[in-house]
Amino acid sequence: MNALAAEATRPPAPPAGGSDWPVAAGLGPVRWLGALWRRRWVRFAVLRGGRLLVSLWVLVTAAFLMIHLVPGDPVRAALGLTASAEVVEARREALGLNLPLGQQYLNFLHGVLTGDLGASIGSRLPVGQIIAQRLPATASLAGLAFLVAVAVAFPLGVAVAVATRGGRRRRTELSFATSSVVLGSIPDFLFGVALVSVFAVGLHLLPVAGRGSAATYVLPVLSLSLGPAAILARIVRVEMLSVLETDYVRTARAKRLPRRRVYLRHALPNAVTASLTVGGLMLSSMVAGTVLVESVFAWPGLGSTIVSAILTKDYPLAQGVVLVYGVGVLLVNTVVDVALALLDPRSTVGAS
Amino acid sequence: MDATSTSLDRRRRAGAPAEAEDSPPAAGRPDLDLDVVAAPSGHRLWAALRTPLGATAAGLLGLVLLTALLAPLLWTGPAEAIDTSNILAGPSAQHWIGTDALGRDLFSRVLVATRLSVLLALAATGIAVGVGLILGSAPVLLGPTAGQAVAWLIGVAVAFPGLLLALFFAVIFGASQTGAVCAIGLAGAPSFARLCHTMIAGVMGRDFVAAARVGGIGRGRVLIRHVLPNIAEPLVVQATMGAGSVLLSFAGLSFLGLGVKAPAYDWGRLMNEGLSGIFIHPLAALGPGLAVVLAGLAFNLTGETAARSLGLAAQGGFVSLARPQRPARSAGPAPAAVPSTDEPARTVLTVEGLEVAFPGPAGPLRPVRGVSFSLAAGQALGLVGESGSGKSLTALAVAQLIEPPGQVEAKRLRFAGTDLGALGPRAQRHLLGTSLAMVFQDPMTSLNPTMRVGSQLAEVSRQHYGLRRRAAWRRAVERLAAVRIDQSERRARQYPHEFSGGMRQRAMIGMGVMGTPRLIIADEPTTALDVTVQQQVLDLLRSIRRQDQVALWLISHDVSVVAEVCDRVMVMYAGRIVEELPIERLRHDARHPYTRLLVAAVPDMTTDLTAPLPTIPGRPVEVGQTPPGCAFAPRCPLAGALCRSSDPELEPDGADGRVACWRAGAALPGSEPAEAMP
Repeated sequence: MNALAAEATRPPAPPAGGSDWPVAAGLGPVRWLGALWRRRWVRFAVLRGGRLLVSLWVLVTAAFLMIHLVPGDPVRAALGLTASAEVVEARREALGLNLPLGQQYLNFLHGVLTGDLGASIGSRLPVGQIIAQRLPATASLAGLAFLVAVAVAFPLGVAVAVATRGGRRRRTELSFATSSVVLGSIPDFLFGVALVSVFAVGLHLLPVAGRGSAATYVLPVLSLSLGPAAILARIVRVEMLSVLETDYVRTARAKRLPRRRVYLRHALPNAVTASLTVGGLMLSSMVAGTVLVESVFAWPGLGSTIVSAILTKDYPLAQGVVLVYGVGVLLVNTVVDVALALLDPRSTVGAS
Repeated sequence: MDATSTSLDRRRRAGAPAEAEDSPPAAGRPDLDLDVVAAPSGHRLWAALRTPLGATAAGLLGLVLLTALLAPLLWTGPAEAIDTSNILAGPSAQHWIGTDALGRDLFSRVLVATRLSVLLALAATGIAVGVGLILGSAPVLLGPTAGQAVAWLIGVAVAFPGLLLALFFAVIFGASQTGAVCAIGLAGAPSFARLCHTMIAGVMGRDFVAAARVGGIGRGRVLIRHVLPNIAEPLVVQATMGAGSVLLSFAGLSFLGLGVKAPAYDWGRLMNEGLSGIFIHPLAALGPGLAVVLAGLAFNLTGETAARSLGLAAQGGFVSLARPQRPARSAGPAPAAVPSTDEPARTVLTVEGLEVAFPGPAGPLRPVRGVSFSLAAGQALGLVGESGSGKSLTALAVAQLIEPPGQVEAKRLRFAGTDLGALGPRAQRHLLGTSLAMVFQDPMTSLNPTMRVGSQLAEVSRQHYGLRRRAAWRRAVERLAAVRIDQSERRARQYPHEFSGGMRQRAMIGMGVMGTPRLIIADEPTTALDVTVQQQVLDLLRSIRRQDQVALWLISHDVSVVAEVCDRVMVMYAGRIVEELPIERLRHDARHPYTRLLVAAVPDMTTDLTAPLPTIPGRPVEVGQTPPGCAFAPRCPLAGALCRSSDPELEPDGADGRVACWRAGAALPGSEPAEAMP
């Protein structure tokens, strides 16, 4: 209270442009906010968080519009031509499709915020419940595949870069370049089919399909991570090679640090930033890639859910799954940006 | 992704060497140089298609298109002939990859499916390009505000993977062939929209478009008449690449059962059918899969080859196997630990017969050819010469920082009383890490941007003195203060980009004095700095040298900087020391014509500024093209027959210097007055 009183009675400090008291009083918090804004972490968090929120809003709106963009009557399409007009009308009423569009939008927003995504037309189960049941299978698949891709690509890319720096070992370089291009251009579901035919059907080493023991994870994770790992390793190598040529790596060598420290502490973090950018794009495409790989391995995740939802025109369910995938992608992108900011302090400077 | 673009731009600015273009053709990340695009490009396209990779890609694409055209005419019969006595058969002479569940020949089906697969992919690509073009030209058509909004929405959409967008649209359009074409087309639109947006923005900024706008031509007309013709070529190329990935996406959607429906069949549909029979014969699924990959590659590689020829993406990727010739190790005795007795006690550095060689296309290149000198404690030695004379390489060679394939040889290389060649790697690391400090030219790039300045200093103490983290940090803060960085506590926690140029260079020097240096090698330490800051850095170097009797080896192309700081100076030309002399003699008593011309080219207070400054005629010798005689002879006003046939040794000049010149001290023609004693 005292402090406040002191604040209030203190004469207005240098009167800005001859302004009178109320304006000068308003400068306090403005200055404080300004100082806060100049802190790059605060600025980065606000801008990045703001972009995430707006992107989420766009996503939710797009998911809402999705049902309304379906040509014709989605309920009629879902229930088929044989359904009676009363049944269709009752279902329209139940889904809230007869309300004014603005009202429907508000209801949808409210539902999304409270986790109520409506009920599946087919099974009549709440969409939220189906997703909660299926999400772990997909998330674990995508997450593991990403970890495997990163765990393979970074050491491999760094090792090949170090081995081929300054134009050494041309043959290693050529075979690495060729095989990574070829592996990187094969789609994940084809890897799935090929791996199944070799390791499951041919050699009987691993299960063909389904999700259960750790062994069932091997082939789906591999087929999802092989291509991205090849692409990422290539990028890590290129980035690492260019970082190894930089002046600051020469400085690190001039300090006579052990090679391991030069490569891992001085070079790698600088190569990671660009590689991680690609890695982030990869992870979000892996999230989507699960749809195909799940279909190859009969994996009980969101991918098979959305495919059957599209086939049976179960619009609320499809809407819910699209939302979950979209949120997943947006979160991945945000996490990648934050990780980039942590690794490379410069990337927050130009946050705009 | 702002962070994304800044990091990529930074990489580009940094002038990432040779390999940076190796990155994959990421969709929606246009890598365009529009100035190149405008140049005539037809013959370059041809040239690209005649390279092995280009020819293969184009040949493959031709084969795919030919198959699409002819296969349905030739093989529809076997592809659709049902043979219930021969269902799900394995590979045989009649059926190369077996038969399907109705006994139809799978090989024929794969070939016939080419037409539908390619047609659907092309249709979807067409939608993607068309919608992308409309969205991408929104800023031109709708004006800046609405255009910004559209561009922003495109940015949000591009963040989602294509397959997810395709599923989104598949929900709307339903699971059918047409639905899938629309879904994949619209899913591809955002990345094309961004591409068009970038290209259009580039073209709109050019002068002829500005002129057209000023001339009162409407937006739509400018777009059609001026912009579209300029982006058509790169757009077609990108669309070709895009068609490859669209083909794969379509196969994916059909594979999921969301695309082509039986009885029609494309490759994805065939894979879908093959998967159910994978236990009986896997080829049924793998055959069409292989076709998808080949066709996808055909489009993708052809597009990429064309893109490279148009300069849309830089060359690279596939490296040639041509092996540069390595320099043969000289047969002479290895620079072993020769005990030296004739070395004065205060000598810090002794270099004899230092050579640096790099492999070149036509045999080894020797940019440093036999350099010998020594440096005593507390002495400041300058090394001057034009750029390309081998100054920096000499410094790096002495500091043992030349990396293979470069090779360093020396008859003798002693530092701090120890023969560097005879030391084991660990001992050498410790000695050089504690006693030799290096300061490089560009402080902007010589500090690691991702590490705090304090950590970059502290690691020296941790590495070479075994100090704990906190003790090393305290030492770093103390050293930063010693190199006159204010608030060193706070500054140590900052990153290099928060430092000014002069502060970074002082931090570099601080890094050097973390140990107990006997020698500081400063390679152009002030070249990248402002004139006012230059003086601070030079003063700092001078005071360190005085305080601790450190030897300073200052390398510069700037004679006046060297003259200000050093006691003695060496002059380098084409990889050799041509003269060494005390600094007092440099201006008026140099013997080598090159030194004299170099000094005359530097203005001082007495220079007549109304007359043009003298320059040295001719150009420096390129590495590898050194003439048989004196390397300076082609530019030397005094050169005679002897100079052109035989290279003079660096020998005592009669006073207290050394010079390598047959005509040392002879008067230069036309400059007698300047040479006259004052």
